[in-house]
Amino acid sequence: MHFQSFGEFLAMGGYGFFVWLSFGITYLLLVGLIAASVYQQKQFKQQLKATIAREQRVKQYQEQQV
Amino acid sequence: MFKWLDPYAKSETLYHFCGKLLPYLMVSALALLLLGNIWGLAFTPADYQQGDSYRIIHIHVPSAIMSMGAYAAMASAAFVALIWQIKVAHWAVLAIAPIGATYTAIALITGMAWGKPMWGAWWVWDARLTSELILLFLYLGVIALNGAFSDRQVGAKVSSLLALIGVINLPIIHFSVEWWNTLHQGASITKFARPSIDPSMLWPLLISILAFAVLLMALTCLRLRTAILVNEQHRPWVRKLVGGQ
Repeated sequence: MHFQSFGEFLAMGGYGFFVWLSFGITYLLLVGLIAASVYQQKQFKQQLKATIAREQRVKQYQEQQV
Repeated sequence: MFKWLDPYAKSETLYHFCGKLLPYLMVSALALLLLGNIWGLAFTPADYQQGDSYRIIHIHVPSAIMSMGAYAAMASAAFVALIWQIKVAHWAVLAIAPIGATYTAIALITGMAWGKPMWGAWWVWDARLTSELILLFLYLGVIALNGAFSDRQVGAKVSSLLALIGVINLPIIHFSVEWWNTLHQGASITKFARPSIDPSMLWPLLISILAFAVLLMALTCLRLRTAILVNEQHRPWVRKLVGGQ
């Protein structure tokens, strides 16, 4: 361990603002990208599932009419 | 020679292949990232000139290297898409572009936060910084061009072409610190000679670089799967998979 205390770790030898700004934005962007990619896939699957179910209901209805 | 690759051009095979790899890639990427960053932040000595501000290197260098690695991967996919007319290759181009753009943005922002305390300025129009900014615009250009045509085939072709032409920027970024007199420092590890960085600082850095590389692969798998589903939504195998019948 390079630092003597947690406070010293946070201070980063006086460069705390710049170091934590960098790491903060990096993790924010990475987590955002991962979350957006997961969400897009989930949402599209749900949407397609609904479309398929609807098509099936229409097909069933048409078969009943004949 | 490359016959064994053929099945992977088929979207269904590729979808399942990516699905198998995805959990391993994602878990190892996040584990490596945490290991490399915690090691670099707390367990390495401070730099003799830059003090603790140099610790930004542990995200700045990995994101910068992989912003170029992602571009090389995207351009390779564009090459395959254009020459062999393989559709999944073009979907891969579009899957990688946002990841590369994010990495480039991270490299630029962390570079600014490092430049301010060390150089006294958030931004200078130095050759390295400017060429990396152009890389961001290339990524955004590929994404925008693809959506700019009402004919999707044309959009696919033109965006792949831009991705290929933009490769010229990669050597410019890499050699910018040698060709021009830049404020940005020269290469420490991406050179053939021995790395000019102490091993105690080099190891966590290499782990973080690997983490960004594996995360790039994981996100490409994830995004490519979505692209395959969207583009093949009328195919029976997608209907069966998603519709559950």
